[in-house]
Amino acid sequence: MSTTIVRNKDYKNKQKVKDNFISAIIGFFAFVWIFPILWTLWTSLRPYNDIISYGVFSWPRHLNLDNYFQAFRVMGLTKYFLNTLYVMVPSVILILFLGSLIAFVVSRYSFRFNLTLLLFFTAGNMLPTIATYIPVFWLYIKIGDLFGNRSLLYNNYFGIILIHVAFQVGFATFVLSSYMKTVPKEISESAILDGCSVFRHYWDVMLPLLRPPLAALGVLMSCWIYNDFFWALILMSEDSKRPVTSALRQLQGQYITDFNLLAAGASIVAAPTIILFLVLRKQFVSGLTLGSTKG
Amino acid sequence: MKTAAVNKNVRSRRSLSRNDRFTLSAFVGIPTLLQVVFLWGPTLITIALSFTYWNGINVGDIKWAGLANYKNIFFGSPVFYDALKNNVVWLLWFTFIATPLGILLAYQFDRKIKGHQIYETIFYMPVVLSLAIIGIIWNFMLQPGGFVQGVMGRDIGNALSIWGNYSINSYVIMAIASWRHIGYIMLLYLAGLKAFDSSLREASAIDGATEWQTFRKIIFPTMRPVNVIILVITIIDSLRAFDLVYIIYGTSTAWPLLNILAFQNFAGQGISMKGAAYSVIALVLCVVPILVYLRIVFKEDLE
Repeated sequence: MSTTIVRNKDYKNKQKVKDNFISAIIGFFAFVWIFPILWTLWTSLRPYNDIISYGVFSWPRHLNLDNYFQAFRVMGLTKYFLNTLYVMVPSVILILFLGSLIAFVVSRYSFRFNLTLLLFFTAGNMLPTIATYIPVFWLYIKIGDLFGNRSLLYNNYFGIILIHVAFQVGFATFVLSSYMKTVPKEISESAILDGCSVFRHYWDVMLPLLRPPLAALGVLMSCWIYNDFFWALILMSEDSKRPVTSALRQLQGQYITDFNLLAAGASIVAAPTIILFLVLRKQFVSGLTLGSTKG
Repeated sequence: MKTAAVNKNVRSRRSLSRNDRFTLSAFVGIPTLLQVVFLWGPTLITIALSFTYWNGINVGDIKWAGLANYKNIFFGSPVFYDALKNNVVWLLWFTFIATPLGILLAYQFDRKIKGHQIYETIFYMPVVLSLAIIGIIWNFMLQPGGFVQGVMGRDIGNALSIWGNYSINSYVIMAIASWRHIGYIMLLYLAGLKAFDSSLREASAIDGATEWQTFRKIIFPTMRPVNVIILVITIIDSLRAFDLVYIIYGTSTAWPLLNILAFQNFAGQGISMKGAAYSVIALVLCVVPILVYLRIVFKEDLE
């Protein structure tokens, strides 16, 4: 008995030394990982002239937030941030709403096509984006012409919102339906027995129960839609209407020489998602993992 | 037992009022319509268009081309094989290097090694950044006069061309792609490990197994469903790869991928349905992994 304890202790000590070693190695890589971000922040605090005259590795003579003020003023970031909100807020609300509708029907009412529907939505989320590009582009212009206003969908926030909703609603459906399976059926049965209409069953009974996954998905979707630059770049012809990430892509070309200013711009645009992640980490993680590793 | 359940379902369906039926149809119909019109419909149309010649403007100009676009790609476009090669390189790199690294990190963090919370946050940080920002950040690092060139002792005058050199840029692109991918896989796997029965691990520790043995012989095999899902996600992501390379090279084919070629033919100079054929090839390659994924996550429902 005593020998096992001694051996066990010995083993534990050895493991402890090993663990410290592993922790140090991972720590080194963590530093390498975050270094590009830190370097961008560092660059953004220095004036361009400092780097030109003394070199990239020179000791900083001036450290200030001038580049940040400059970025807001010269790049007009405030306007672009507002554009992002116009796209992001309606998109996220619609995705959660439509996703919860399908998830509700599929998990509470048994029809023959339930599973087909679920597969159809989940697979839709995995299709390569590019494969839809030409027909969507053409459709947007034609629908606009049909109503006598070419920018009804093309070059309009509405069009970008629609495409985000179409692409992400499958993911929301999948996550919410797998969550709903864990909600006891009895709740629904008693609601039906009480004579609840389908709408009240959804709105008053199920929706409040869905708050945790809705919050998690809301955070994740906001981040994804905030970060998307592709659709806005191709479906928005007017630069001034673009969301902030697409705008940054354009500004990269304009301010390529003043990379300290660009660094400040990039830091400002990165800040919301990084802060969101640091504050609401739990939501982030559960949103992602509910959706992909149920197994 | 089973018949009772079926009867109950039938009863509940019959008991639906007309109003309820209408609500249910709307609940299902509106999102489905959106999916069909903006996602599935366009994908099917792209498949059809890949067999035609069209300039993307008037529907009347569409001409049947048969397999001409595909023939052109397979026999007349060497760039297709470069793209295929890059997609395969991406796939192999992700499958054998980036994803295993993510899994290994997750395993160490799950053991709660010193500093694991800070490390987790740091490794996940690149995943929440927009690719537009990632492009800028890495440009700072790599451009002439940037950090990496400085460390290599090259000033602006004799900077190394990183984006233009094929033997270097592949590694750089893989490194940047992994910078995001590893954190993503780490987080997914970590969630899977949380559900793992820790008594198994303790038992193996008492038996004197080293941590590596425990991982290889006990944890990794038990995590099989999660492993398969992560592998499939890795494959689908590699085949859909587009954004990162688009951010670096735009529609030029300096480092082609299937989806880059598709987009180049759609939005580059002169629209051609060869792009549709390229995206169909990428789509076809994705079909099997998507089906495998669906089979795993809906296993119970399918049975």
